[in-house]
Amino acid sequence: MQKGVLIDITRCIGCRGCQVACKEWNERSARKTSFKGDFTNPAKLSSDCYTHIRFVETEKKGQPVWTFVKDQCLHCKNAACLSACPVAALTKSAQGAVMYSFDKCIGCRYCMVACPFDIPKYEWESTHPWMQKCSFCVERIEDNMEPACIKICPTETMYFDDYDKVVAEAEKRVAKQPDKYVSHIYGQNEAGGTNWIYISDIPFNKLGFNTAVPDYALPDFTWNVLSSIPGKVIGIAAFLSVVAYLRTRGVREEDNS
Amino acid sequence: MTSQQVKYTKMSTGAWLLLLLIIIFAAAAVYRFMNGLGAATNLSDEIPWGLWIGIDVLVGVALAAGGFAITAAVHIFNLKKYKLIARAAVLTAFIGYLFVSIGLVIDLGKPLTMWHPLIMWNHHSIMFEVVWCVVIYTAVLALEFAAPFFEGIGAGNTAAVLSSRKIVVPLAIAAVILSFLHQSSLGALFLLMPAKLNHLWWTTMLPYNFFISAVAAGLAMVSCEYIAASAVFKHKCDLDILRGLAKGTAVALLVYFVVRMGDVAVKGNLSLMFAQGAAGKLFMVEMFVLVLLPMIILFKNCASAENAVSLIFPQVLVLLGVIMNRLDILFLVQYQDGISYRPSFIEWLITAGIIACIIFFYRAASMNLPVSSSSTPEM
Repeated sequence: MQKGVLIDITRCIGCRGCQVACKEWNERSARKTSFKGDFTNPAKLSSDCYTHIRFVETEKKGQPVWTFVKDQCLHCKNAACLSACPVAALTKSAQGAVMYSFDKCIGCRYCMVACPFDIPKYEWESTHPWMQKCSFCVERIEDNMEPACIKICPTETMYFDDYDKVVAEAEKRVAKQPDKYVSHIYGQNEAGGTNWIYISDIPFNKLGFNTAVPDYALPDFTWNVLSSIPGKVIGIAAFLSVVAYLRTRGVREEDNS
Repeated sequence: MTSQQVKYTKMSTGAWLLLLLIIIFAAAAVYRFMNGLGAATNLSDEIPWGLWIGIDVLVGVALAAGGFAITAAVHIFNLKKYKLIARAAVLTAFIGYLFVSIGLVIDLGKPLTMWHPLIMWNHHSIMFEVVWCVVIYTAVLALEFAAPFFEGIGAGNTAAVLSSRKIVVPLAIAAVILSFLHQSSLGALFLLMPAKLNHLWWTTMLPYNFFISAVAAGLAMVSCEYIAASAVFKHKCDLDILRGLAKGTAVALLVYFVVRMGDVAVKGNLSLMFAQGAAGKLFMVEMFVLVLLPMIILFKNCASAENAVSLIFPQVLVLLGVIMNRLDILFLVQYQDGISYRPSFIEWLITAGIIACIIFFYRAASMNLPVSSSSTPEM
């Protein structure tokens, strides 16, 4: 059964407990950070940081507001990174997690360029580098536990359940309080749908979400090209064979040299 | 026929310089393998693909397209006059692809796993297809170049078998198919990024744009190379060939211009040219200065060019156009506010070294093997 997570941005208080829990469960080491002018810390996701809370300052009804946005892999239903990988190092688990296999990875980094949400990060300093990103705590959900970040969250910002129930819950909340929420469930359709979805009281483009991501599965574009290859090969081969035959009819080997 | 094949034993100053660059390249490559990508490059999580993917792979593959275009003209379309440059074009492509592969391996995070795509398949991946096509096409080029090689080492009989039509025609057809697939697929790599790449570049026509522009660039490259080789080896250029290549380049540019501009117009994206930011200006330089302008000059000169020099300028513009196109796409697809990337010194050394290797080995091979001659020499 595919699992999903609903992140209700309005509930987050910015405690960063999820960041700590994620680091602990996944045994990612800390990196020294410095003050960069806002409270997002670490400022960026990295190979040691699968999730962070972005502290976004916006306005609501003329008043300045602080909004806390949790970033991590959205675990696309039909993931661009997964289709991009030349060696199938990325796979989708039965629970919906986009998983990575270091043993297969060759380090081409196409997944990083392909991801519409810029999630995969690289161990640049290593001579045996891994691509690193949120794993949906797949080993936890296999054991019927929720991901570490959700377990620790004090405000139930995230709702973890079967995917269909999660989407239903998101729709229910938005329908129940249309004055509070914007009428957009981010991830319901983006990139063909993601297993992690968001609802918010501030328009998503103001919160740094990429709203240009189209509503269809990105691998469809490349599959259209790849699936047409056999036909094209046969077509070109046949055409050129005919041309070669017609153009060189009657030419003897010695004339040709 | 073989008057140009003087065996050179002396190294010129230029060759020593190339060798120096190659030695530095080898040292830089060792440094990169010992210390990892982070130490050797300025790549980052924001810019995972840099100079090496841009120049060594994307541009390198496009410029090597002359190999399949010329063999197709000679062996499939039976345009005999290009036979004189067929071997040079094949040699360029062969050496080009070898070093594209070397560049790619240097860029891989885990170079020792480079063989994985051969047994770990993902037929949904464009990258997987590109790898396979490049591997097979390099093998095809090796077979195509085997004829002058065996001829050069005195195995004339083997060379004659390898130059027979039963061999060269199927190889030429395979070369066209494999080249069409991977040249276009290098464009298809970016189909996954409609949200990241400006829609003056991103279109479902991207694979075709890549293929057509590679044909133009490949022919331009063959022209420039032929002119340069004639100057270096002091033999006369065959103007008829250069004019023919100029016409071929011009036609490819015309098709490219019509297809690309038409596609942008049909999708209603022409206004993006005048949008704020650099993208619109980059597009206009690409299309008007580096496609339309050389196309007009080439059409004007292709019938009447009295000397090679008048064709160098437009052909160089064509090369610049394709280089700019590939780098624009790489830049725009990874562009983020506040993120900058300048290739590191090591990155420059590696790229310069790869170019030096290509020139050095091209020079060595064309001096010692019957490359600029078209036929089996008198035995």
